[in-house]
Amino acid sequence: MSLLSESLPFHPEVQEFWNALPQGRFLLRACRACGRAHWYPRAICPHCASSDTEWREASGRGTIYTYSIMRRVSEPFAIAYVTLAEGPTIMTNIVESALEEIAIGKAVAFVVGGRKNGEYLPLFKLV
Amino acid sequence: MSINGRAYIVGAFEHPTRKAPDKSLAQLHAEVARGALEDAGLAPRDIDGYFCGGDAPGTGPLSLLDYMNLKVRHADSTNVGGSSYILHVGHAAEAIAAGKCDIALITLAGRPRSTGSGKGNLQRTDNPVQPDFPFEQPFGLATVNIYAMCAARHMYEFGTTSEQLAWVKVAASHHAQHNPGAMLREVVTVADVVGSPVIADPLHRLDCCVISDGGGAVIVARPEIARSLKRPLVRVRGAAEAVKHQNAGDIDLTCSAGSFSGPAAFAEAGVGPADIKYVSLYDSFTITVVIQLEDLGFCPRGKGGAFVADGNLISGQGRLPFNTDGGGLCNNHPFNRGGMTKIIEAVRQLRGEAHPAVQVPNCDLALAHGTGGLLGTRHGSATLIMERE
Repeated sequence: MSLLSESLPFHPEVQEFWNALPQGRFLLRACRACGRAHWYPRAICPHCASSDTEWREASGRGTIYTYSIMRRVSEPFAIAYVTLAEGPTIMTNIVESALEEIAIGKAVAFVVGGRKNGEYLPLFKLV
Repeated sequence: MSINGRAYIVGAFEHPTRKAPDKSLAQLHAEVARGALEDAGLAPRDIDGYFCGGDAPGTGPLSLLDYMNLKVRHADSTNVGGSSYILHVGHAAEAIAAGKCDIALITLAGRPRSTGSGKGNLQRTDNPVQPDFPFEQPFGLATVNIYAMCAARHMYEFGTTSEQLAWVKVAASHHAQHNPGAMLREVVTVADVVGSPVIADPLHRLDCCVISDGGGAVIVARPEIARSLKRPLVRVRGAAEAVKHQNAGDIDLTCSAGSFSGPAAFAEAGVGPADIKYVSLYDSFTITVVIQLEDLGFCPRGKGGAFVADGNLISGQGRLPFNTDGGGLCNNHPFNRGGMTKIIEAVRQLRGEAHPAVQVPNCDLALAHGTGGLLGTRHGSATLIMERE
């Protein structure tokens, strides 16, 4: 059992998502009935209410929809919404990138990591 | 069923405290209830409907009804964050129109300043069972950076500038100088706002509202009762609510649920934005005001920055006076929920009881609007249109 972090509760509906991250895999939940991917992952498709949903490995490519750099903290960091190549826009952090180079519209790529030690999160870096 | 003309706001009270280390949360609720009853000329036994939001301690309305020893036949604790109390006025009017109660009390109170729990740059402590929690909380989601992301996108799409956003704070400060109870009474300039420290790009310290203890209450009653009281008549003409969320990942951070609640409230009231003499707008951050103005139709989409510039929101100077008490940006933001104080200042304006320096002449039609929850994740908007009779 690899939980995302001790600070986060166990959500059985999405456990496979968190289990895949340490292996470097970013899973999206998509619907066989309507064909659309959604975010965050759900068993019932939020587009068409079908229960015929499945995990699909995402391309890991996206662009920055918006971001903000939190300044009034000990270690400034970038929170962002990234629009994935597959469609959905997701909340994440931009890491391994110079904060001053982050901009809306820039291309980013998926990396596994966490702002804190021991976390496995879907993060992105500038490409 | 329309609620237009079916209910009146007969009592309103803003708690004078901004820091209450020696009072309990329930006590503050009882104090604002008492204040609103005195304002209306009513007694506790007259109340037969009660409304409260997420600030109420305990299970919905149960503990506070017990504490205040109120016997009601209708209660509603719909919680959509800081806009809840604006929504409650609409729900109270519906209940009155349906005969479920005659006189409804709505209270808000909180002590985030005394408890140190209200800082906008802290991670939010939402319920971990929320399905969205694991997909947002780990990324350092706070109140200020989620609104900052809305501002950044608005700037990107429409060319909105930090200087334009600053005008919202400048206008609020012009009003707050006349409010002895306001936390920040100093008049500030655009240069002051954009020169203040960046908290979360692109929002500066002075783009953010204050953190205060306190609260407020309003009382809504059926028309015959309102006419039997001695206060000026403030009629509810239109009310509407809407929720906007992440749309399964297809998000748009440049508009709010106000784009749905606004037109619905105007339709019920039978008036349009050009008829409104005064607006109370939830000003958690400067960007919130700009987006709400666009959503409500006071200016075209994307033009909110230009609309607020050059003092257009300053009473006696601009076209659309707003938040003449100083708003959440300067006056008061009890429990980090600005909806209640928005109603109260609109009622003051309609009664002609605002400070003379900011009173809008012949203010016969006012709008109060709020965005509760988080603008950039999921939120509830509520719009209320009121008329002086």
